Amino acid sequence: MQRYSVFSLLGHALRGRDDWPLAWRSPEPKKRYDVVIVGGGGHGLATAYYLAKEHGIRDVAVLEKGAIGLGNTGRNTTIVRSNYHLDPNAHFYEHSLKLWEGLSQELNFNVMYSPRGVLNLVHTPQDADAAMRRGNAMRLNGIDARFLARDEIARWIPELDCSADARFPILGGLLQPRGGTVRHDAVAWGYARAADALGVDILQQCEVTGIRVERRAIAGVRTTLGDIATDRLGIAVAGWSSRVAAMAGIRLPIESYPLQAMVSEPVKPVLHTVVTSGAVHFYVSQSDRGELVMGGDLDFHSSYAQRGNLPRIQDVVSACVALFPSFGRLRLMRTWGGVMDMTMDGSPIIAKLPLKGLYMTGGWCYGGFKATPASGWTLAWTIAHDEPHPLNAAFTLERFASGATIDEKGAGPNPWAH
Amino acid sequence: MMLIPCPWCGPRGQIEFVHGGDASLRRPEPDAPMAQWVDYVYLRDNPCGPSEELWYHAMGCRSWFRLRRDTRTHDIAASAPLREPPAGEAQRDDRDESKP
Repeated sequence: MQRYSVFSLLGHALRGRDDWPLAWRSPEPKKRYDVVIVGGGGHGLATAYYLAKEHGIRDVAVLEKGAIGLGNTGRNTTIVRSNYHLDPNAHFYEHSLKLWEGLSQELNFNVMYSPRGVLNLVHTPQDADAAMRRGNAMRLNGIDARFLARDEIARWIPELDCSADARFPILGGLLQPRGGTVRHDAVAWGYARAADALGVDILQQCEVTGIRVERRAIAGVRTTLGDIATDRLGIAVAGWSSRVAAMAGIRLPIESYPLQAMVSEPVKPVLHTVVTSGAVHFYVSQSDRGELVMGGDLDFHSSYAQRGNLPRIQDVVSACVALFPSFGRLRLMRTWGGVMDMTMDGSPIIAKLPLKGLYMTGGWCYGGFKATPASGWTLAWTIAHDEPHPLNAAFTLERFASGATIDEKGAGPNPWAH
Repeated sequence: MMLIPCPWCGPRGQIEFVHGGDASLRRPEPDAPMAQWVDYVYLRDNPCGPSEELWYHAMGCRSWFRLRRDTRTHDIAASAPLREPPAGEAQRDDRDESKP
């Protein structure tokens, strides 16, 4: 890997710019690796990177059935934050946010972390009580949180309808100043390039079709590029977690649902922070290309199709226009969807699975993008030590049976409700 | 949007309905072993492909029914009242008549 710097940029520019080395290799699969990671999205690539970087485990392959980063990593709305209420989530996502803060330097790849703030709007006195409670929990855990009054918000975000007769009157909002956005594609490419430079093999167009188990331990995988032997297998496939776990005979507390996202046509800068509303389940920010990036609820039916339908698009756009009336003049440019691995308590599973040598990070619901660095970091630790790190110790598969669920919304065993 | 064939009302837009989850679940007896209850409450097949689902016609006749739908393509094969399998599924001799 050639380091990106102002000097290398200048050097290549003067030489005609056509001899940059490829950012990662396309090696032939080996017959055996120390560790195999299934899933070439952000989480899988981050896991491989941290295995090599933090633990010196470099004989690693990442198997991706398509091209890296085109699953949920390429489909999210780029928001990063750690404004969670429950302790295990707060500590985990805060670790992730701290990794985001230094990631461009660490990977020598600009992931464009923009701490422009994440503002959760409050529309009723009950919303305000809940927001205050969550903000206080954040501050007790050393995480930045401020409650903004309506007038402050109106001055800060002029396009937001803060008037008394707004469709969704705004009473205030909970702000996490260090939250913001990251360029999602850069995360896949940055981790891939850095992992490859440390010796990790990234095998694209390599779909896992079976898991080989011998004497109740992982022996390897069957893939469309042949059999690969290993005794340590990490699953990082988000919406396809149930399918891959089933290859090892394991059922998960997960159902897969579509989440759509969409962008407006690009315009000059008009929104300089991330705005969300729990009441209408809507979130919006403006990308550096000028597009408004928007999202909302799941489509409420199971799906692996990576798309939803028009009713949810109408809901998201309606919420956008109600909160930001002037945005009604914009045209919707593109919509798409991903597959969300919704768990029975809304929190992830980063754990050893009940088969020797098998590990997973999954069940991210719709919140996996912000978790990418910490998910890879903790799964790498768990694989390297064959034990969870304190940061992911609570996110077990067994917590459902034991009652130790981590349920931010208190919505119970209804995956769609989280 | 998906057109969902309610067995009584015919094909209606998906916004009239509520998805009710996996139709293959069988509620254990109250004194069944805990492992069975954990399985029923928490663990799911989460199929990719043809899937048996429960749906509720919230903005119509307000009946529950079974739907065979493909979770990969969203194609709908059949729908049926709760106690009958969708058309084309063979009857099992040991089907318990007292449960949907």
